[in-house]
Amino acid sequence: MKGRKPVKMLVLGATSAIAMATARIYAQRGSALYLVARNEEKLAVVAADLQVRGASAVHTCVMDLDETEHHAAMLAEAAEKLQGIDIALVAHGVLGDQAAAEAEYGVAEKVLRTNLLGPISLITWLANHFVEQKRGTLAVISSVAGDRGRKLNYVYGTSKAGLSTFLQGVRNRVDRLGIKVITIKPGFVATPMTVHLQGGILFATPETVGRGIAKAIDHRRDVVYVPGYWRLIMGLIKLVPETVFKRLNV
Amino acid sequence: MPNFESWGRYPRGEQKLKTLFWASDFPVENGIGSLLPAGMGRSYGDVCLNHGNSLLLTRGLDRMLAFDETTGVLACEAGVTLAEILEFAVPRGWFLPVTPGTKFVTVGGAIANDVHGKNHHVAGTFGRYVKRFELLRSAGSRKICSPSENAEWYRATIAGLGLTGLIPWAEIQLKPIRSRRIRYEATKFHGLEEFVALSEANLHREYTVSWIDCVAREKNFARGIFMVGDHHDVEEERATPKEKKINFPLNLPAIALNRATVGAFNALYFHKQIGKKVSKLIDYEPFFYPLDAVLHWNRMYGKQGLLQFQCVVPYENGLEAIDGILKAIADSGLASFLAVLKVCGDVESPGMLSFPKKGITLALDFPIREEKTFALLDRLGAMTDEAGGRLYPAKDARMTGEQFRKFYPEWREFSTYMDERFSSSFWRRVME
Repeated sequence: MKGRKPVKMLVLGATSAIAMATARIYAQRGSALYLVARNEEKLAVVAADLQVRGASAVHTCVMDLDETEHHAAMLAEAAEKLQGIDIALVAHGVLGDQAAAEAEYGVAEKVLRTNLLGPISLITWLANHFVEQKRGTLAVISSVAGDRGRKLNYVYGTSKAGLSTFLQGVRNRVDRLGIKVITIKPGFVATPMTVHLQGGILFATPETVGRGIAKAIDHRRDVVYVPGYWRLIMGLIKLVPETVFKRLNV
Repeated sequence: MPNFESWGRYPRGEQKLKTLFWASDFPVENGIGSLLPAGMGRSYGDVCLNHGNSLLLTRGLDRMLAFDETTGVLACEAGVTLAEILEFAVPRGWFLPVTPGTKFVTVGGAIANDVHGKNHHVAGTFGRYVKRFELLRSAGSRKICSPSENAEWYRATIAGLGLTGLIPWAEIQLKPIRSRRIRYEATKFHGLEEFVALSEANLHREYTVSWIDCVAREKNFARGIFMVGDHHDVEEERATPKEKKINFPLNLPAIALNRATVGAFNALYFHKQIGKKVSKLIDYEPFFYPLDAVLHWNRMYGKQGLLQFQCVVPYENGLEAIDGILKAIADSGLASFLAVLKVCGDVESPGMLSFPKKGITLALDFPIREEKTFALLDRLGAMTDEAGGRLYPAKDARMTGEQFRKFYPEWREFSTYMDERFSSSFWRRVME
């Protein structure tokens, strides 16, 4: 799976800007792709793009990944259509409305369902499948927001913290069996999800993040920050004592 | 949120920015004034600005939709850049049918300004290679436009300055190549007669363009380098080499570009080529896009920005008009290094408001020195008008409404195809 060879790749949340940018890199290598997303029209456009850019095959499946009861059937179909999955990229997620979630538990629950419970269901199936086929790479998009709770986005941050911790555990279980589990922690990325926040110099393009993800997969890393400087930023932020941090507006 | 500037960084102002990621993001909700699609912001003046209103940023529409390897027809979303098309197409043996002097423009922008390039004398404008596109109107209608379907909408939208609606995707006819490289020849000339003689002797060559020294006077007046290129016709490796880009890091102070520095630079450039004529094989990138290697080169002109002037004057008596314009420029001492001269062909442009027509076109940049530059541009505009020529909206920030309506008599017909919610800073300026 190293280098630029074509692979068989499953992309969950294929219409997200980061997933698209990453999938393009694998399409250009002549990979076969199985794409899952909720919006049929957008998925068709993304599938066409990846096909034109060089994917050897593009399969699509329209589904809402919140519906965990349908995960097993969809994943089994992906494995069958691709004749084995080399790489699975779990890329779907929502930022959620922090203010609304503070006011109403139901909003927070929905963020956790999409960003945490859905991925846990997918990762559970995929990890077992990879163990069975004795190989596979699981790349999951978490976030720097999971490294420390902040008043601006702690519901989102909680979902990503949970996801990162879950991945640590899965990695600890399956790495020794030859299965790669990669936690990807992007910083701020200029995507439709963050369009209302953009502007700072810390915003990276989805293309930069996509290249970072492909590199992490090619180099079989465990936990990556993309762009890499976020490792330093979050390292410093984690060092701030809670007695101080609780007073900050960050 | 950072605001959106045109390449000349003039005029300045604020507008609401709305990024489109999907064609279905349009029509956008009401209440943000008039709308204008904008791509890379590489047009110089105000055709890509909508101050006090909204811009629809189309770069999020960057997907390829279909490519036919046998015919070379590419369908892509309108926010795809020409750079992205080249990166995709060149290794597969295809090239842009027409390209402007920068590859950092979107397909939508290339259509909306009906851009032209070094092969205008044989190929015409970009619009001629647009087989079809979709046009979305703010009222919700969708039209497929081609020379045979909704032909009048096709003619209005090509060179339509983004005012007829949003183009979500287009189909472009690419042309086959066998090599990335260009067989390049450069010949020095002194004076416009020599330039015209070289142009006429090279009409059969695919690409021709000249750099001209707009600062030198007297015996060096109108000296330049005539450049010719053809695609190298030998099948060879076309993979993209690793690019090294330089970013122009800061805004130079206004004083940095003056007659002395530009004059010295021009003399160096002219004399760098020692013989009268050189010929060699070079990559297409430095041939077509010498300035693209320096990102943000407009910062060279400082924060106050630059004005570009581009006119085309009819071929008959054209020499006289260009001679007068060049003298006025040389006397002003305001010219920059970046000046090009080219003979345009008589291939018909498809758009109602397309700029190119048979004649001689001159394009150059001026640093903005307040009234001095504005007065010069106004004078050059008047000289263009007197010569029966016209100015290029994509490059313009100064032409008057009266001039625009005279240069583009089809404006009245065009205006009946405009989307009622669309407008631009340019359009409001020339309708005054």
